[in-house]
Amino acid sequence: MSEPRTQSAPAEAPAGAPAKPRRLVRGGQLLLVAVAMFGFGYALVPLYGFICDITGLNGTNRGLKLEAQVDEAVDSTRTVRVEFLTTVNNNLPWEFSASQSSLEVHPGQFHTVTFEARNLAERDYLAQATPSVVPWNAAQYVRKTECFCFSPQDFASGEHKIMPVRFLIDPALPPEVETITLSYTFFDATGLARSDI
Amino acid sequence: MSHAATHDEHHDHGPEAGIMRWIKTTNHKDLGTLYLWFSMIMFFIGGLMSLVIRAELFEPGLQFVQPEFFNQMTTMHALVMIFGGVMPAFVGLANWMIPMMVGCSDLALPRVNNWGFWILPFAFGLLLSTLFMDGGAPAAGWTMYPPLVLQTGDAFPFLIFAIHLMGISSITGAINVIVTILNMRAPQMTLLKMPLFVWSWLITAYLLLAVMPVLAGAVTMLLTDKYFGTSFFTAAGGGDPVMFQHIFWFFGHPEVYILILPAFGIVSTIIPTFARKRLFGYDSMVYAMASIAFLSFIVWAHHMFTVGMPLAAELFFMFATMLIAVPTGVKVFNWIATMWRGSMTFETPMLFALGFVFLFTIGGFSGLMLAIAPVDFQYHDSYFVVAHFHYVLVPGAVFSIIAAIYYWIPKWTGHMYNERLGQIHFWLSAIFINVTFFPQHFAGLAGMPRRIPDYATQFTDWNVISSVGAFVYFVVQFVWAYNMIVNCIMKKGEPATSRVWEGAHGLEWTVPSPAPYHTFEEPPVLDESEVQGAHADEHQHEVQGKPA
Repeated sequence: MSEPRTQSAPAEAPAGAPAKPRRLVRGGQLLLVAVAMFGFGYALVPLYGFICDITGLNGTNRGLKLEAQVDEAVDSTRTVRVEFLTTVNNNLPWEFSASQSSLEVHPGQFHTVTFEARNLAERDYLAQATPSVVPWNAAQYVRKTECFCFSPQDFASGEHKIMPVRFLIDPALPPEVETITLSYTFFDATGLARSDI
Repeated sequence: MSHAATHDEHHDHGPEAGIMRWIKTTNHKDLGTLYLWFSMIMFFIGGLMSLVIRAELFEPGLQFVQPEFFNQMTTMHALVMIFGGVMPAFVGLANWMIPMMVGCSDLALPRVNNWGFWILPFAFGLLLSTLFMDGGAPAAGWTMYPPLVLQTGDAFPFLIFAIHLMGISSITGAINVIVTILNMRAPQMTLLKMPLFVWSWLITAYLLLAVMPVLAGAVTMLLTDKYFGTSFFTAAGGGDPVMFQHIFWFFGHPEVYILILPAFGIVSTIIPTFARKRLFGYDSMVYAMASIAFLSFIVWAHHMFTVGMPLAAELFFMFATMLIAVPTGVKVFNWIATMWRGSMTFETPMLFALGFVFLFTIGGFSGLMLAIAPVDFQYHDSYFVVAHFHYVLVPGAVFSIIAAIYYWIPKWTGHMYNERLGQIHFWLSAIFINVTFFPQHFAGLAGMPRRIPDYATQFTDWNVISSVGAFVYFVVQFVWAYNMIVNCIMKKGEPATSRVWEGAHGLEWTVPSPAPYHTFEEPPVLDESEVQGAHADEHQHEVQGKPA
């Protein structure tokens, strides 16, 4: 019955068993793996942002960021239809609309569209609009030099704002794209720690 | 050789008397028993919740519950069944069997094991207490997608902390299993001589270790989004709700293999016993499980084909998902090849294992259908999805757990269950699980959405059949509970031999039945006839002979 004890000594052997520290060491190493994976979960956040940035997924890349200088280079041989969509999140008591629902544009030419918003509530709001572009592969070709979505907007009770958006469609837009939908959703950002889009 | 309780002077005490035995215990058999009881209670609670769902869906219109409560039931049913039913049941089986299968006296970290179990009642106490709160239990689905889940009322922090506790329990269990398997095997037990149940748990434990912390991170982000002004998933602050789906399913897809890999191990143990042959393709079984585990990390977005992904991503996730069918097909092939020309008998554990092979494969095929991205746009969030994952979870994971309990309970208690009641339990379960879930394929293909308390009248017939099946299936499980409790636990059944099954091999069958409180205080000598894989003896495939 008494076989030689090799590395696999019984767990609770009281007499100087070498296995005890080893299993604690391995247990500790595995615990570190678990802690690292918790960190990895958080690392997915910047990783996701990075992947969206380079692929244009969710319309969150370059095309929707503020650019100081975009050169016009009109391609008058081509016409693209740009549609505007406005939404107020969570049925908040706001009015939000675009001055026109759609626009025919030549790629490479600047256009300015005005959006209007009004806070119908009794209280003040900090509002943040988030842009989105459909189809996804058009997102990086929408170039904007001015937009209300680049910063949170203060709306006092009853305040009415007219907000211009100045944009052009990059002539490099893939040829199969004929219609681009530019959508804005206004969110209540009161009390939110704001990060950059 | 006998490994009966060879009590030396350090271990001449049995278990402590009274309730403190269970609270203070670090014994793997006691904790296995606690896990299994806990799991059984959760199965019945979760089952009652599903009956609320099926009662409401018996007819179109609202009969019994309000939509808000219906949503609470679907959410809680899933959380209770996944984290309270299936996972603790597998951990309980691991507790009982892994030390006895690899030939060591206990798990590597017994006190951690005690702690891992005893935080579970608190986790589910937190979760179930939300049913009695103002605003009710979480109702946004077990997937907890923001922004909807952020509208949960007072129940929200209870949900998050319950999941944190379940995660800690799973991670400690996983660490314990890995250390036990890697550090404490009997001397001759090389990795490729381990029983496949042990292999399946080793791989499962690594999956748990890799993804449970990611879930913990995701729900912590939800918590800080709701209460501390962060904007991980809040669009107003620059976050993205779709990102939650990516993080969640990065956890969620390995999670579904956590729920099925131990089942593969159980079935790979039971089928050779009752076919009286060695398992066909032992090595390929190990490699198949490892492949499935690896692939599970790169297929998550097939849960979100309709979220708006570029074509290249749809194609990648579609093909990667279909690739999983290859190692899974290898496993099904090997189970069938194991039975080929075997001397088969059909005791209850074998019936449940065969039911598993047949019905799990149906669930696998509907999974392949769902993997086809272009048609998934029709199936997505329909009852077809509900039918699919219930086929892999109920006649899949749950049948394997039932099979494992029938198979090993004579070893645990020393008494056989009643075979006739077992057969009745199997046939009624097998019939009514199909009555319950097969019609849901049709309702789903016809367009019935999931998570809806009311439906268009053309879905009525399928729902009536499904509800009848669910109620009968639930009642039939009391036959099983009676059989287990009266015949095995209260010891009214026939006494079991130490081998229990004629064709059973493995170290656990070398100890007496019931297994003594302490087993393998000294490492056993591994007889080659107890080895499951072909590594034991390359010339002796049809093992019937006694060890020399």
